Amino acid sequence: MTDTTMPAPRLSLTQRLKRPRALIVLSLLMVIPLIAYVMFGEPLARAGIREIVLIPAIPATLILYALAMASWRESWVAILGGTLVFFWVFVAVSVPFLPLLDPNKPIRPFAPPGTEVGDITFWLGTDLKGRDMLSRMLWGCQRVLVWGVTATAVAYVVGCIFGLIAGYISGIWDEIISFISNVLLSFPVMVLFILILNYLGPSGFNIVIAVTFASAPAIMRIVRGLALDNKTRDYVFAAQTRGEHPFRIMVVELLPNVRGPIIVDACLRLGYTTVAITTLTFLGLGLQPPDADWGLMIKEASNLMVWQFSYMLLIPALAVSSLILGFNLMADGLREMSLRD
Amino acid sequence: MLKLIARRLLQMVIIMAVVSLILFLVFDSDKFKKQIATAELGGFSVAAMSDHDYQKWLKDKGLDVPVYERYAQWIGGLLQGDFGKSFEKDAPVSKVMGERLLNTGILAFWVFFLMIPLSLIFGIVAGMKEGSFQDRSVSFIAVFTTSIPEIATAILLTVIIALGLGWLPSKSAMTGGWNSLELVLPVLTLVLYDFGYVARMTRASMAEVMTSQYIRTAVLKGIPYARVIMRHALRNALIAPFTVIVLQLNWLLSGVVVVEVFFQYNGFGKMLLEAALFGDIYVVQAATLVAVFVAVLSQIISDVGYTFLNPRIRFS
Repeated sequence: MTDTTMPAPRLSLTQRLKRPRALIVLSLLMVIPLIAYVMFGEPLARAGIREIVLIPAIPATLILYALAMASWRESWVAILGGTLVFFWVFVAVSVPFLPLLDPNKPIRPFAPPGTEVGDITFWLGTDLKGRDMLSRMLWGCQRVLVWGVTATAVAYVVGCIFGLIAGYISGIWDEIISFISNVLLSFPVMVLFILILNYLGPSGFNIVIAVTFASAPAIMRIVRGLALDNKTRDYVFAAQTRGEHPFRIMVVELLPNVRGPIIVDACLRLGYTTVAITTLTFLGLGLQPPDADWGLMIKEASNLMVWQFSYMLLIPALAVSSLILGFNLMADGLREMSLRD
Repeated sequence: MLKLIARRLLQMVIIMAVVSLILFLVFDSDKFKKQIATAELGGFSVAAMSDHDYQKWLKDKGLDVPVYERYAQWIGGLLQGDFGKSFEKDAPVSKVMGERLLNTGILAFWVFFLMIPLSLIFGIVAGMKEGSFQDRSVSFIAVFTTSIPEIATAILLTVIIALGLGWLPSKSAMTGGWNSLELVLPVLTLVLYDFGYVARMTRASMAEVMTSQYIRTAVLKGIPYARVIMRHALRNALIAPFTVIVLQLNWLLSGVVVVEVFFQYNGFGKMLLEAALFGDIYVVQAATLVAVFVAVLSQIISDVGYTFLNPRIRFS
């Protein structure tokens, strides 16, 4: 037999970037610096590299945005949603480099939008403590995005692990995992959040735990169903015949093959989680002051029911709405595209 | 069918027993006892309290009894319809909860009253002609309104209608007795947030029915289009939205905490939040059980209703 291996076809740079592995690397480059910046700000600041950490994230975000726009051309819904989401992500990674006022420094309380004080202009006014609204809004998106993404990611890891075990190994494990998730699913989500956060105390890390408890059972159900469906496919039998370890089959064979529905669901769930974090912060169970956060901005201004100062409520409300709208439109567009294929 | 319902009900009882036991164990921790003491007596006096006084306070509240004894007592009371006593309000839980449930019930009634016709009509109009202008505009409105979180909808409506135009009060605390005007904004917020979801479900179901063979046959037979829609399509298209609407009951009971808190409406969700923050064990217990009960019950109703309405499932 002659050697039939063809030389790998030459790929252009954009094509090579669209390969899953390059996409994963780019997304990680975008997200990890952001997470490190927000969660481990103090040790990084002590090492003197807090701002530097974010620098690789900026080009990664821009490249990802360009790639997304290029491959979603067929769906204007996805383009619109993606643009909204990437706008906020770009703001989150670049906000320390923007010429903004300190978001936590009280300057002049109750200045309406457009006020000029000396050589400073408050484009969106100041809040009731005199902090610049524009700067608080832009900084706020960083916290919301980081905790939202982290919480969703952790919930997905937990949900996928249990879902794969329940679906692929099944048997007694399936019974146990399904019973626990049924108990958790019978709780209304908000009740679960209130109970868990009240028990653990309000903080970002505890939000991650609460979201995991609330979302992982639903994710587990989806993954379990997909795993059950794919378990009898030929490629799984082939892997079993090759004698691969069940763990390897689950993670390397099954998981990449069921990624489509999972990605769409993840987009929607990112939106829910962001809403949940904002809501919980508003209720006083989430992120703590003084750092800027949309839920916190609403909470602080919610007793101030005066038309003249309604911008303090409107600005965070519009910001969070645009982000959620972006996630939902993106999920809609992706689903539309995946159905068309 | 009866067997199915019985199995689901049994499952519910088991889940509720597990849930209440977990809650009892959680609230039995020292941290929570301290939280109740702090909420009732103030942080200062708790810090100054001697150990002896603290034990006495626990005894007064009946919290020094081991947890399994309290749990057994509580179960015993529950079977006689006694939910225990609220620490915060110093009144029986059933009375406190009854009032709040009534308030939430009124809210839920008006939300359903407006939301069901609105979302069904929008969904049917959109699903009748898939891909048409009306379909795309309804779908866009639905995605748009559901994407705006409840809190943001509440803010937008309050700022425009209550603060800007001054037509309605901005808070719904009902401090001066019952005032129906104060109910308008919360109801409007919830309807706006929720109708898009149900409309989208209705649309999907209607669009699917419209592509089926029997509708094509009916159209080809020359039956008037309105009659095809009203008599043939709707019957099947409304099965899926029915289940979705029943499931909204659960959301209206406890998922609307944020709207109740924002408008200061004294509903069930706000009570649960306040009780959890205070550490009012028996109220939290009772409220959680009611919430779980309603959640599971609405699931059973929607499942049973679905099998009942859909003969293809009933007879197979």
